Amino acid sequence: MENLIALLIAAPLLGAAVLLVGGRRLDAVGHWIGTLLAAVSFGIGLVLFADLLGRSADQRTLTQHLFSWIPVAGFQADVTFRLDQLSMTFVLLITGVGSLIHLYSVGYMEHDERRRRFFGYLNLFLAAMLLLVLADNYLLLYFGWEGVGLASYLLIGFWQHKPGAATAAKKAFLVNRVGDMGLAIAIMLMFATFGTFAFGPVFSHAGDTSEGRLTAIALMLLLAACGKSAQVPLQSWLGDAMEGPTPVSALIHAATMVTAGVYLIVRSAAVFNGAPSAQLVVTVVGAVTLLFGAIVGCAKDDIKKALAGSTMSQIGYMVLAAGLGPIGYVFAIMHLVTHGFFKAGLFLGAGSVMHGMNDEVDMRKYGGLRKYMPVTFITFGLGYLAIIGFPGLSGFFSKDKIIEAAFAKGGTEGWILGGAALLGAAITAFYMTRVMLLTFFGEERWRNRPTASPAEPDVEPAAEDRGTRAEPHPHESPRVMTIPMIVLAVGSVLGGAFFSIGDRFLHWLEPVTGHSEGNSPLSALTVTAATMVCLAIGVAIAWAQYGRKPVPVVAPRGSLLTRAARRDLLQDDFNHVVLVRGGEHLTRSLVYLDHTLIDGVVNGTAASVGGLSGRMRRLQNGFARSYAVSMFGGAALLVAATLLMRAV
Amino acid sequence: MNPVNYLYLAALLFTIGATGVLIRRNAIVIFMCIELMLNACNLALVAFSRMHGNLDGQIIAFFTMVVAAAEVVVGLAIIVSLFRSRHSASVDDASLMKL
Amino acid sequence: MSFPLLTATAVLPAVGAIATAAVPAARRTAAKWLALAVSLGTLALAVTILVRFDPGGARYQLTESHSWIAAFGVRYELGVDGIAVALIGLTALLVPFVMLAGWHDADQLETGSRRWRPTQGFFALILALEAMVIISFEATDVFLFYIFFEAMLIPLYFLIGGFGDRAHEHGEKAASTQRSYAAVKFLLYNLAGGLIMLAAVIGLYVVAGSFSLTEIAQARANGSLHMATDVERWLFLGFFFAFAVKAPLWPLHTWLPNAMQESTAPVAVLITAVVDKVGTFAMLRFCLQLFPEASKWATPVILVLALISIIYGALLAVGQRDIKRLIAYASISHFGFIIMGIFAMTSQGQSGATLYMVNHGLSTAVLMLIAGFLISRRGSRLIADYGGVQKVAPVLAGTFLIGSLATLSLPGLAPFVSEFLVLVGTFTRYPAIGIAATFGIVLAALYSLVLYQRTMTGPVKKEVSAMPDLRVRELVVVAPLVVLLIFLGVYPKPVADIVNPAVKQTLSDVHKTDPKPEVEAAK
Repeated sequence: MENLIALLIAAPLLGAAVLLVGGRRLDAVGHWIGTLLAAVSFGIGLVLFADLLGRSADQRTLTQHLFSWIPVAGFQADVTFRLDQLSMTFVLLITGVGSLIHLYSVGYMEHDERRRRFFGYLNLFLAAMLLLVLADNYLLLYFGWEGVGLASYLLIGFWQHKPGAATAAKKAFLVNRVGDMGLAIAIMLMFATFGTFAFGPVFSHAGDTSEGRLTAIALMLLLAACGKSAQVPLQSWLGDAMEGPTPVSALIHAATMVTAGVYLIVRSAAVFNGAPSAQLVVTVVGAVTLLFGAIVGCAKDDIKKALAGSTMSQIGYMVLAAGLGPIGYVFAIMHLVTHGFFKAGLFLGAGSVMHGMNDEVDMRKYGGLRKYMPVTFITFGLGYLAIIGFPGLSGFFSKDKIIEAAFAKGGTEGWILGGAALLGAAITAFYMTRVMLLTFFGEERWRNRPTASPAEPDVEPAAEDRGTRAEPHPHESPRVMTIPMIVLAVGSVLGGAFFSIGDRFLHWLEPVTGHSEGNSPLSALTVTAATMVCLAIGVAIAWAQYGRKPVPVVAPRGSLLTRAARRDLLQDDFNHVVLVRGGEHLTRSLVYLDHTLIDGVVNGTAASVGGLSGRMRRLQNGFARSYAVSMFGGAALLVAATLLMRAV
Repeated sequence: MNPVNYLYLAALLFTIGATGVLIRRNAIVIFMCIELMLNACNLALVAFSRMHGNLDGQIIAFFTMVVAAAEVVVGLAIIVSLFRSRHSASVDDASLMKL
Repeated sequence: MSFPLLTATAVLPAVGAIATAAVPAARRTAAKWLALAVSLGTLALAVTILVRFDPGGARYQLTESHSWIAAFGVRYELGVDGIAVALIGLTALLVPFVMLAGWHDADQLETGSRRWRPTQGFFALILALEAMVIISFEATDVFLFYIFFEAMLIPLYFLIGGFGDRAHEHGEKAASTQRSYAAVKFLLYNLAGGLIMLAAVIGLYVVAGSFSLTEIAQARANGSLHMATDVERWLFLGFFFAFAVKAPLWPLHTWLPNAMQESTAPVAVLITAVVDKVGTFAMLRFCLQLFPEASKWATPVILVLALISIIYGALLAVGQRDIKRLIAYASISHFGFIIMGIFAMTSQGQSGATLYMVNHGLSTAVLMLIAGFLISRRGSRLIADYGGVQKVAPVLAGTFLIGSLATLSLPGLAPFVSEFLVLVGTFTRYPAIGIAATFGIVLAALYSLVLYQRTMTGPVKKEVSAMPDLRVRELVVVAPLVVLLIFLGVYPKPVADIVNPAVKQTLSDVHKTDPKPEVEAAK
């Protein structure tokens, strides 16, 4: 059974190779090859899942050793896969949601002449992401980690002819590289500390080293997680990443890749458990990001960017939970899975709306679309209810658990973290209701109005200006797009209940991550009630602002906070001034210095030798007399020197 | 007579020759001055030979004479051809072998 | 007596060079094919060396030794260890591709005259260079090495100055001036290094009474040859200076950007992928073996210089406007990594450095050759003159992207393996320097992706709109190198197995062992 693990990765990898090397011949069938191989991988995943379920809880770790990757004295990096409950969960999420999004893309990318290549990149992403979660050592994980970064780069910049897309892709890769640097340093630290970076020995010996070392490793891992999962301070790339095609945003920048940071932290539980101060930093990062993302999500008029803010915020919840230690690990992963369902569903819904609206992304130019797109409306609506945590839907179960766990951390920290999580829940309810109202309710603001970019500089221009500029004719998307949306909506409704009733998910993951209850100062019921109140407040404010009164098509100037939030709370401005401008000045002055100083010394030496010889040349004036003088002078000097030597 | 006086004379002749080489421009005169210096050397060599009581100095003097004779042949030939081409025997006119 | 395989590998291209040069002017296509055939024959011989070499066997294998200049004890001594085998393989592999890539580079110099034969000259010079590089990898006699270390400047000087890049924003005249400036600068820099080395070579003979690497190293190891500390340090510096110029190490690097910018892409590949490797190779083989104590003494300074090279080269690459200059500065950054790996004196660092030499050769070749194809289509080296190439030439853009990704050391491509090994190997002994060098990977991503973005993406510029995609000949050049980059990224074991024993012996020469991990968890 172990031998199947490699096939999980091999199937999409084969797809990527065939589609990218195959050339134009495959244009007609390429998308079906890609979808089929994604589905094959999902099928293998199901077979392995059934096998795992058939074993007892302590027998559920399978490993497969393929070959020795980098064999150098004392440094052993192998290509070995590990399939346990944690990676199995991810495998199913990645291949399942991945297959659905492949299917959706068949419709969404139908008119794109480079569709074959798009599917090649998607398959490449699946292979890299599976490698990431199946790796049995940190270096192989790093391989997958950068591999998904590459796939993300290629897909964000898929419409390369648009400068915005190319810039966004580069930015995503660069910011991620900063995080990757953290992972690289963490691996080096592990190697220096343990002499290995394979999961097994590192985790079993984590207790043998000092807390300081563990804290250093943990903080470097956190840096990596911040990059990949768009957590403060490395979150700035996610909003720009929405330049990519919408299925990409759904798969990579919502459901799977951006959650890799959470996977990394939960996987490295043994390291984090030994480094409480690092865990505190993790929770702070999570709490800050969940508020940051939520605030940004409130201000964006671009539907995809609003959802991107929301993704950031929801991953903030997961990171917060993961930072809580054994109290939160399981819930972090549970929220990750349910979030995978509803956020992918929301993005696909957004894509469907854009598909029907000439690729317009400005929500202020939507309105009243529920009549024209009933399936999209219902599936989006269910996703909406799930994300705000409406009782009974999946977000209710998973988010509630995280808020409880935050309070259970105890002490002042517990109150602060729990409070932040509650506040986040209220803001989530607000911005998601706003998205819902602007898009599907209210007046039909797109009537009699060609969809051109407004003059307002704060509002991003339309991300995909492929369409015509005539008045849109909203229509429902084809079956191939709606079926994945329906499946994901079903998952968003039932997932949470399925996982939580009888603590199924907890029992499944506990052997890998460990679990402890913690002692909450508040009862579970109190927390749930508080969450419900927050939710109601958020929805009510959004209704008051966007439901009762008509929405202006051009965004009002807004308060200082709104304007700052529209600009991602000025983080990009900071980056621009400090990093981009500063970097430009640095490189420019270095180029100048290299030319004038280092090359100058060399050229200066050459010039002075040349100048000296030019002056010496003048002595050779061609007059026999002057040569005679120098001869006599020289002879006189010699004689004088000889006499002097005699005298001494 | 004290042989040192011959050395004084040799030094005097050499100095006159050297001065001539430095200050005169006519190639023939310079040439004669060079001969004067060579002969001053010969005189000194012969004087040394006498002083030390061996023949080494006289032998070298003969060598010098042979070389001087050869030099005169080559040198005069150069001067003559120079005079033919430039109609002048001034060495300053022949300062083109520079740069 | 067995077949002198090492001599044959060096002599074949040398003879081929003469034969190519002798081909009559009218048959220049025949000359090209002849040169290509010779380089493929050399590749076959190099593969034979690879097969015959036994990684578990003696340190130097396939050795040959003949008396040469008996009066000075100079011998014709050849022998290869794993490091040399890997680099000979790289050289012999790259030359045929370089020739194919530069198939038409000399055509524009043809005037139709019967006596003027630039094509023959171009290919003969490449073969001559190959012969000299190969023999310097093989030489185990210091004097023999020195001769060819210097002699390879001659063909390279003519390749840069005579067959340089004609694309220049200020016209043909400016290009010619720039070209001769670059060629002379290259020559003077390397001659200066070589002369200092010559003094050190003579000094070594005075001290040791022999030029034989194996003899001296053995005498040093068993204590029969004692060098005073000062003497050893001065001799080390003499050797190291020459190698650091060639490698090139900051601040001796400024000849490389000029030389690479002004030569055509294939010659630039030869410079950075092959010739510069002689410098780093010689540090491993001569500096560490002959002067172990002085090497350790100089390590801190060299590591700092290497670190500066990494960061400085990368920052300058970011600031370049010229595609080839950018790649040159990127190479300076990579050479920093190689030198850092060598002087970290750990088995990961040195194995990584050796792998890095091979991998950097491959990745730079891909990037530079494709850049050359690009430049030959548009006639400009300026990044700003390009844009949107991926739309008109997707295969060119795709392979260029792979080259860029290899340059930024993406896992899955060969350079990652070596770069990570160097970083880990440095980190275990010098954590601060290891961490600082890690910033290099962020900067590498910056310059690589900026280059790709500015040239390949965005709206299609008018001047590139008719640009043809890669031709068959160009694809034949690029595709095998790309496959090799991927193969060695996923499965570097074949090369690592050859290199590891040699590295182990080099480490024992300097009496260094790897630092022990804090917790022994590996078992």
